[in-house]
Amino acid sequence: MHELSIAMSIVDAALEEASRRGVQVTGVHLRLGALSGVVKDALLFSYEVACQDTPLEGTTLIVEDVPVVVFCPQCNDQRTLESVQSFTCPECGTPTIDVRKGKELEVFALEVQE
Amino acid sequence: MSEPRLVEVRRNVLKQNDLIARALREQFRAAGVFVVSLVSSPGSGKTMFLEKTLTQLQPRYRVAALVGDLATENDAVRLARSKAPVKQITTGTLCHLEAAMVQTALEGWNLHDMDFLFIENVGNLVCPSSYDLGENLRLVLMSVTEGEDKPLKYPTIFNSADVAVVTKNDLAGAVEFDWEAARASIQAVRPGMKIFRLSGKTGQGMEEYLEFLSEQLAEQRRTALTS
Repeated sequence: MHELSIAMSIVDAALEEASRRGVQVTGVHLRLGALSGVVKDALLFSYEVACQDTPLEGTTLIVEDVPVVVFCPQCNDQRTLESVQSFTCPECGTPTIDVRKGKELEVFALEVQE
Repeated sequence: MSEPRLVEVRRNVLKQNDLIARALREQFRAAGVFVVSLVSSPGSGKTMFLEKTLTQLQPRYRVAALVGDLATENDAVRLARSKAPVKQITTGTLCHLEAAMVQTALEGWNLHDMDFLFIENVGNLVCPSSYDLGENLRLVLMSVTEGEDKPLKYPTIFNSADVAVVTKNDLAGAVEFDWEAARASIQAVRPGMKIFRLSGKTGQGMEEYLEFLSEQLAEQRRTALTS
């Protein structure tokens, strides 16, 4: 389980951005790709632990799940995979590994109070 | 007190690791060393496979290895029998290698003295998938004793790898390993992935895989020359 070290990196990133902007954080919004290798439940639990004794204690981690989006060469378009166990276009069945979305592990916004 | 508002920040959480990995990849390219990382579950035969790889490449190439392990130095001791330079990275409780650990472990080694560098990750099919180590090629290993559906259970790591190696093939008959089912599950999570089926113990299938590595090194050097 590496979610605790990921959670600590999230806390560090959020604190750095908050101090740079001179704001107080009440929530952290995270984009989490289905191919990020991070388990959401373990991360939510770890986040609370990582926040202890920091200015982020008591804040919420809001996770937005990002499904895997691939480019299908046959359809010449982006398609959302139904499952990470099958890298084939859901429309036409063409196999593809051209991943366009789904690897995200990104703090994309902070909920702040001025 | 005012209402909370949303500020967009867009910070990649693994940015630090990715930056170090990128710097390492550039160093590897400049030194002309081809770097292969190995990921698998514990007990898949990674160390035996790597020992044979180092031993058999040595007559033709200068090889070295970094080995990640939680607590012991047993793997480094085993690999040292190949006479190749080997360094252990003991991760403590950490379940994966990170780029910074590779960077630190490489201190004191001259990359220009190597053709191949192998990085054996900690035995784990989950956590290592998130961390780029700057490698040129990521091998994912699964042994015939683990079950044909392993790739479907751990799609992220199989998808993040470039090549699959099915090990312990000498035991395939004893465990009634269904090769077609295994191939289908690998191809489902990573269509077109190159697969080697071999036995480190008997050496069967090793030649084809070693030839593939030689081609990869030659290709990398060709590209480095033209770029």
